[in-house]
Amino acid sequence: MDPVLDIQRLSIRYAGAPAPAVRDVSFTLGRERLGIVGESGSGKSTVGRAIMRLLDTAEITADRMQFEEVDLLNAPEKQMLDVRGKRMSMILQDPKFSLNPIQRCGHQIAEAYRTHVRCSKSEARARAIAMLEQVHIRDPERVYDLYPHEVSGGMGQRVMIAMMLLTDPDLVIADEPTSALDVTVRLQVLRILDGLVRDKGIGLIMISHDLNLVRAFCDRVLIMYAGRVVEALDARDLDNAQHPYSRGLLAAQPRIGGTREPLPVLARQDSWLEPLEAQA
Amino acid sequence: MKPITIDRLSISFGPIRVLHDVSFDVAAGECFGLVGESGSGKSTILRCASMLTDIWDGTVRIGDQDVRKMPVAERCRTVQMVFQDPYGSLHPRHSIRTALDEGLRINGFDDREARLAQAMRDVGLPVEFLDRYPHQLSGGQRQRVAIARALILEPDVLFLDEPTSALDVSVQAEVLNLLVRLQQEKGFTYLMVSHDLAVVDHMCDRFAIMQHGRIVEVLDRDAITGGGATQPYAKQLIDASLEYERAI
Repeated sequence: MDPVLDIQRLSIRYAGAPAPAVRDVSFTLGRERLGIVGESGSGKSTVGRAIMRLLDTAEITADRMQFEEVDLLNAPEKQMLDVRGKRMSMILQDPKFSLNPIQRCGHQIAEAYRTHVRCSKSEARARAIAMLEQVHIRDPERVYDLYPHEVSGGMGQRVMIAMMLLTDPDLVIADEPTSALDVTVRLQVLRILDGLVRDKGIGLIMISHDLNLVRAFCDRVLIMYAGRVVEALDARDLDNAQHPYSRGLLAAQPRIGGTREPLPVLARQDSWLEPLEAQA
Repeated sequence: MKPITIDRLSISFGPIRVLHDVSFDVAAGECFGLVGESGSGKSTILRCASMLTDIWDGTVRIGDQDVRKMPVAERCRTVQMVFQDPYGSLHPRHSIRTALDEGLRINGFDDREARLAQAMRDVGLPVEFLDRYPHQLSGGQRQRVAIARALILEPDVLFLDEPTSALDVSVQAEVLNLLVRLQQEKGFTYLMVSHDLAVVDHMCDRFAIMQHGRIVEVLDRDAITGGGATQPYAKQLIDASLEYERAI
């Protein structure tokens, strides 16, 4: 199958920044789940935003940046308006900030649908309600008419997922989709997202700082450090990660029932900033 | 080392009762955790006990003194707080020296320069960083400064409000190690809010699970893996965390 997304040697420099935020990142994505992991400032979210073409002032260079038949490097904004939100969409970290506080939840979902599909208001409403049901919201008719401040964080994030998946996109970028949620609902939201992504055969990029989360919900993992991919491997091989940075990240996580010994701390080395010869 | 006693602490914001008769004790030198979902009132307990809010009912005693009756300066020298987000809790236009020195100056400490240097060494930062501004530090370094600011007044009790949740795992490990070492060296009593049971398990001897402004259950650290919880919500929260850990 043709890849959904093909990115070769992507570099991004923010306007006025002395050094690029992302350097020579290459990967291809089929209808699979790819995790991008790294610390804050490693450039993982920047990659996601560049794919959505949301960085209009940054200087973006790449050998190739192809989403299906769309050349993301040169596509005019008019074409991007048609692609963004319809064929690729993005789930952000915190529903408190990503939902419009003065519009009813259901209205926002229906609006996302009507932006891309010509249909009557009542049809959009029916679609939105059906989608709310798919993200396991009980009583979707009632939730449709609630404002974002009236729903909990977990429900808000499910509203966000419903909105982003309603147009049947081929690519979904989830940027820390659960780090603002309580642990009691985190797994539930992840499972709903995971189930929908599998059922609909969507390509998913999951951006997260949590290696363990990515291990459970992704097929492949890219580990980024200071704007570069330092290691790319299958999620099930994560325990055999070679790079000291990947191993350090895994070890630094306190575990329930752990030894309470001092946690291993990353000893950062300048050599990690050098490009890797072999990249997946 | 001083113990903390909280007895029937209640607070309402307008018509909404946020804490309902919360009572618990923390032994001297203990690390006690407060766990619960967002909005359950964990941070509000810290804000009440440190008198950042003073419209509450009940009593909070630190050592043998009622916090309401302590003079401000004495209270600040006994209890200090470290906040969640080091990006928000340091004044962006004050150098680290100004931020740390302010408390020393107000409380009339002598030998301030030596104390500043010692506080920086205690949290593992170079003394030269005193002349930097917060934007010149990383998140972990900033949280170290926030901890240095709290311990420079030689308090007995530290309130930690999600001290690592704004930090990366790699930096979280450094800050948790630092907090453990400082407790061993200086014998602080910690009252720590966290939503992450793994962090609580790593740090705390005992912890309280909260829901809707009430304490559901107070448990030992071993209850997490040992299944010692008896209340339905406590079980649910622990199971959810364990399931999350196991799933990943």
